[in-house]
Amino acid sequence: MLKNTSSGYGLIAILLHWIMVLAIFGMFGLGLYMVELTYYDSWYHGSLETHKAIGVLVALVLIGRYVWRLFNTTPAGLSEKKIENTAAHVAHMALYLVMAALLISGYLISTADGRSVEVFGLFSVPATLTDRGSQEEIAGEVHEILAWLLMAMVAVHALAALKHHFINRDNTVKRMLKPGL
Amino acid sequence: MKKLLLALSVSAAAMTATVANAADYVIDTQGAHASVNFKVKHLGYSWLVGRFNDFEGSFEWDKAKPADSEIEVTIKTASVDSNHAERDKHLRSKDFLLTDKYPTATFKSTSYKPTGEGKGELTGEFTLRGVTKTITFPVSQIGEGKDPWGGYRAGFAGEYTLMLGDYGMDGYLGNIPVVMELNVEGVRK
Repeated sequence: MLKNTSSGYGLIAILLHWIMVLAIFGMFGLGLYMVELTYYDSWYHGSLETHKAIGVLVALVLIGRYVWRLFNTTPAGLSEKKIENTAAHVAHMALYLVMAALLISGYLISTADGRSVEVFGLFSVPATLTDRGSQEEIAGEVHEILAWLLMAMVAVHALAALKHHFINRDNTVKRMLKPGL
Repeated sequence: MKKLLLALSVSAAAMTATVANAADYVIDTQGAHASVNFKVKHLGYSWLVGRFNDFEGSFEWDKAKPADSEIEVTIKTASVDSNHAERDKHLRSKDFLLTDKYPTATFKSTSYKPTGEGKGELTGEFTLRGVTKTITFPVSQIGEGKDPWGGYRAGFAGEYTLMLGDYGMDGYLGNIPVVMELNVEGVRK
């Protein structure tokens, strides 16, 4: 059961969701860790190179995920109250937006001087906007703020899902674990 | 009446005599004929060079009276440029320049002592990352004269080696010398 139905998610959507969960938590942790390293730590360069490379891959997965969403049915909201379904929809769109802004701001830091982002030696993403001097600073501030904002939104997202599971006792969490519900 | 006229002309002459001191020069950042550069050894293996792109200043200079010379320069620390955005971002951070808190570095001279033909020692107050120290360093007069566009210019070069640890940057580069190279050309006002 790969594709979504009107009531449940397909396997692809479910896998994409949990891959993103791992990526988001992993990247946040890596980001927090790498900025504490000093120039003489052996992972000083490697941690940043890894963070940037994974960032590019996450951006590709996010694009893929959005395209998949366009070509699929979106399962109906599980609440009887229209406002709750709308709120969930808005919250999910906000998650996509913050993720996209986070990825773009990260890219703008490293490409501010015209350098490309190397992805594990396989390919590189060239620079576009290059306003060296201020771009890396502004993009850096934005990137840091959005990272924390995303984690706050993730916390709310997770708590809301658990609320639906334990309090409303509906299929919200179940259908993100099992295809075809 | 004659005495009054005599007194007035003597004091006028006296005043004009004191006005003929060192001329004012503006450092030509407009034409980018000046630079504030630095170099520091990378891991001890090579010279890493960079500069501060944004600075301004002026100086007073008279070839006939070099000891009257004065200079002041203000550098925008956030304009640090080592040709690498990620490195420059690190240099602006609290590990190094902390440019958010200390947006400028300044040098204001207190004396200039000629030491030979076209050379001298410049002493002044240098403030970096909020720490002020009195420093003295050698300066060379490179040349001076008219330019093709109606102006008069004078140029100098100076070099000073500092330790980051002396200016609040104790971290892992605290004890590595950083060579500051100052090149200025001023246009006489």
